[in-house]
Amino acid sequence: MNTHLIGTDVNRIDGPAKVSGAAKYAAEFFASDMLYAVVVSGAIAHGEVDSIDTAAAMKVPGAMEVFSHKNRPHMAWFNKSYLDEDAPTDGKPLRPLYDEKIHHSGQPVALCVAETFEAARAMSRLVEVSYKALTHQTDMTFAVQEAKKVEKSNRAGIEPPPKNRGNSAQAYADAPVKLAKGYLSPTEIHNPIELFATTVVVNEDETMTIYDKTQSVSNSQLLVCNALGLYKDDVRVESPFVGGAFGSALRPQYQLILATMAAKALKRSVRLTLTRDQMFTLSHRPETLQEIRLGADTDGTLLAMHNESLQATSRYENYFEVIANWSGLSYLCENATMEEKTVSMDISTPGDMRAPGAVQGVWAIETAMDELAIATGRDPVDLRLQNYAEKDQNHDKKYSSKELKACYAQGAAMFRWNERKPTPRTERRGTALVGRGMAGGVWESPQMPASAKATLAPDGTLTIASGTADIGTGTYTVMAILAGEALGLPLAKVIVKLGDSELPVAPLEGGSWTVSSVGTAVTEACKAVAEKVFKLASGLDDSPLKHASFKDVEFVNERISLRSDAAKFVTLAAALASGDGEPIAEKTKAGPNFLKQHGYKSYTHSAVFAEVEVDEDFGTVSVCRVVSAIAGGRIINHEAARSQILGGVVWGIGMALQEQAETDHQFGRIMNHNLAEYHVSVNADVHDIEVIFVKEEDNIVNPIGAKGLGEIGLVGVAAAIGNAIYNATGKRIRELPITLDKLI
Amino acid sequence: MNNFQYVRAEGLDGAARFVAGHVGAKFIGGGTNLVDLMKYNVEKPSSLVDLNRLSMRDVSELPDGGLRIGALVTNSDVAYHPTVSTRYPLLSRAILAGASAQLRNKATTGGNLLQRTRCVYFYDTATPCNKREPGTGCPAKEGINRTLAILGTSVSCIATHPSDMCVALGALGAVVQVTGPGGSRSIPFEQFHRLPGDHPEIDTTLAADEIITSVDLPRTGFAGHSAYIKVRDRQSYAFALVSVAAGLEVADGVIAKAGVALGGVAHKPWRNPQLEQELLVGRPANRDTYHEFQRALLAGAQGFGENDFKLKLAPVTVVRALEQAAHEGEQA
Repeated sequence: MNTHLIGTDVNRIDGPAKVSGAAKYAAEFFASDMLYAVVVSGAIAHGEVDSIDTAAAMKVPGAMEVFSHKNRPHMAWFNKSYLDEDAPTDGKPLRPLYDEKIHHSGQPVALCVAETFEAARAMSRLVEVSYKALTHQTDMTFAVQEAKKVEKSNRAGIEPPPKNRGNSAQAYADAPVKLAKGYLSPTEIHNPIELFATTVVVNEDETMTIYDKTQSVSNSQLLVCNALGLYKDDVRVESPFVGGAFGSALRPQYQLILATMAAKALKRSVRLTLTRDQMFTLSHRPETLQEIRLGADTDGTLLAMHNESLQATSRYENYFEVIANWSGLSYLCENATMEEKTVSMDISTPGDMRAPGAVQGVWAIETAMDELAIATGRDPVDLRLQNYAEKDQNHDKKYSSKELKACYAQGAAMFRWNERKPTPRTERRGTALVGRGMAGGVWESPQMPASAKATLAPDGTLTIASGTADIGTGTYTVMAILAGEALGLPLAKVIVKLGDSELPVAPLEGGSWTVSSVGTAVTEACKAVAEKVFKLASGLDDSPLKHASFKDVEFVNERISLRSDAAKFVTLAAALASGDGEPIAEKTKAGPNFLKQHGYKSYTHSAVFAEVEVDEDFGTVSVCRVVSAIAGGRIINHEAARSQILGGVVWGIGMALQEQAETDHQFGRIMNHNLAEYHVSVNADVHDIEVIFVKEEDNIVNPIGAKGLGEIGLVGVAAAIGNAIYNATGKRIRELPITLDKLI
Repeated sequence: MNNFQYVRAEGLDGAARFVAGHVGAKFIGGGTNLVDLMKYNVEKPSSLVDLNRLSMRDVSELPDGGLRIGALVTNSDVAYHPTVSTRYPLLSRAILAGASAQLRNKATTGGNLLQRTRCVYFYDTATPCNKREPGTGCPAKEGINRTLAILGTSVSCIATHPSDMCVALGALGAVVQVTGPGGSRSIPFEQFHRLPGDHPEIDTTLAADEIITSVDLPRTGFAGHSAYIKVRDRQSYAFALVSVAAGLEVADGVIAKAGVALGGVAHKPWRNPQLEQELLVGRPANRDTYHEFQRALLAGAQGFGENDFKLKLAPVTVVRALEQAAHEGEQA
């Protein structure tokens, strides 16, 4: 029997290293000359540092230096030197300690460096900072007047709204059924458990090895070299393990520049770990307000769609994400207008956070679709099927695959959707009202250029290398599976190396494109190795493969066998033994096949079904059941794929019911900056979750037919829960999170 | 965190004398709140006097039939103590509704009483706070106050006391035993925590150099009819928005004895024994009775914007807790 890896349940190959502590994270690397640094965070939202008194701090035993804008070492002048790969190209990225200007609350104003962490922390309490405050604005409701329309893209793949389709204003005016509502989603914070940290080890030859928490070692290397005038050859960035990031480490964060600046100036190794409250000053999911208008026929057929989306951004970078466009993408409607606006405030620049834009955009449109179902008396699934789009409506392109109908059908069957009572407030369990709701989800599945190297040693051990990151998603394992499958090797014989700027360059680890992009590069590198092995195998004396060509054989169970007759094979060991004793190494660069993909767009899809119990006295919501049916192409590691979706659903429960950064607008400051007060779901909030992967074949999306699953699991969950809450209570909450005060 | 001196207490007298003689010295028990606050630069003790080696770890019967819980008994050990869970189930339930298993394993009985508010301004030294720095102001009144008080507030502070355990101790009518350089004394639970008034920096009537030695429970603990309801933003590891500890003794459908305290609504567990006597005792155990009682108990409640919802939530929680307590043990 042939042993295949793809599609099976494979435990993380890095699991033992993680649970035993052998896996090292950025703040765990050590050097004997190590200094420790602690950031002093600013207290005001807008203005200037007036004075900094470091005298008391420098008296702490072990104190080395307090860096501020007054005494910082040289940093690059030009704005472009601070543009990392994920920065908005038309912005002015924050330069830590560059000058006295304060752009947001919590911005770093000083860096204390000492012989011990304790001394550095004590110093940070003694630095006296005074400010010249200017007026600030952090409240989007008051800043709306200054909103600017998004006209052009300033980051790769982040598009402004498409041109209007038809005449949505007229169609809306004429529509028999009208719906016009505003949907508000709050600022959310990524909050990976691993704190942002950088350890800079200064080597004897004055080169640096930088261990950084990052989703791209090459991006960190680029930024730190440009900002501090270092040569790429002198700076190696490693990030072998990342304890969660969710997008927050796509852009290198300020501790990278600060730690490296201190190490360079003091010629000592430096470790800098941010605190949990400082994690609230880095990046966040932007607050959004979407004004949606839907016009429909009495049977629910969409006639007009309009989404005017507003999102908060900083004053120094016009970051935006794609929000409104999700409204017009997935449903058949000839008249659609989407508009995206940003409003600049005295806050830190938002950043990509798990399914950026789609999380808010799909929540709003899928809530609105539920409202339309109620208004037209249609079943929510039927309404979606009635308006089902076989083409990407925004781009007018075919889908490379879209098995969303199977998601609806299989999800509904497993959930027993037919038991739902359409009229709200009709089902009770004890003191609770019971409700059921559903929503669709969608996320893009792009392929980016990526490179990888495969090296097969004479003993049959395969080493895969790529500069991509494993942020906890299972990248090590999925690459091992793809490589093992390509060469017919068991996982035990595959070594995977990631997260090192000396390895072949890979794109930022994000966007759900890593399996698609790096996976393709790994597969192709392995295929190139396989071709060489095949030559050795077919060249053996009396080789049963003598007259076969490469396409006639397959690599399974450490053998090269004829596809037509598995009994005719050469073992991998025999083939390698006939070689020159040197490893067979192949490096490939893979990218999208534009010819094949021309005219198509690729997305993952989902249908999410949720059941809730709402205590009417207390307004408390329990999400008792969720079924998430996913169309995500070919599943490589079933276990990790399922975990991704489970994690997405758990996050979605938090998004629906709990998550929000609470800003005091008087101070322009996020106040619930710790994990006790910034709520995410805990185990007690999470009940039954079922995951279904529907069969979806796609030979256009990329050669391996797999779509990324890091984000789709979250999209749609909050809408399904909100719709279930409506079904239970008859109350429609259009402002997340749906906390109990909104229901009593 | 700043440098501080660490002192291991060898005896109660010595420990109390040390703190009396050193400005800024504090006692430390489990440290689950104090150490956090030190990391946030909110608490800056000059010395920490560690009480953990002292022998206050016993749960023992008192001659009057009550139960004495040593100040160093951990929250977990109290909650799962067989005598507590059978005779004072209200206390067990309240403790287990709070914090996390890890924190409960570390937190002590005495320390739980001395938890400080979770008001976000108190925790953030970049903002004013009358409790942290008297005279600087209270931004919470017009700011983030979703979790804060609706009863017993003052112009200078609207903080809440965060403990669950204390709400049950309030309803049970516990007594706090303390000792210090001036001698030992007993403090009835209602007098242990104070309202903020003009001095929100002072949470309790305990002197800085006094040590809690035990918490004593009365002879009876509403073993047959009690309920602890905690309404919060997630099902675990969240402080109460409103919580109610309710204990009843019911005979032939009539209330014979009652103890009701609220958490999450004031600077201290909110209880009014006089109203319990007037409006619960001797009355039928039914919704009308509970409603009349809650109206009186919550009279004068005032919201500050974000926390206005507590004005609706507190009444229904009181009524639900009393109903649940009255019906405890009945088949659903």
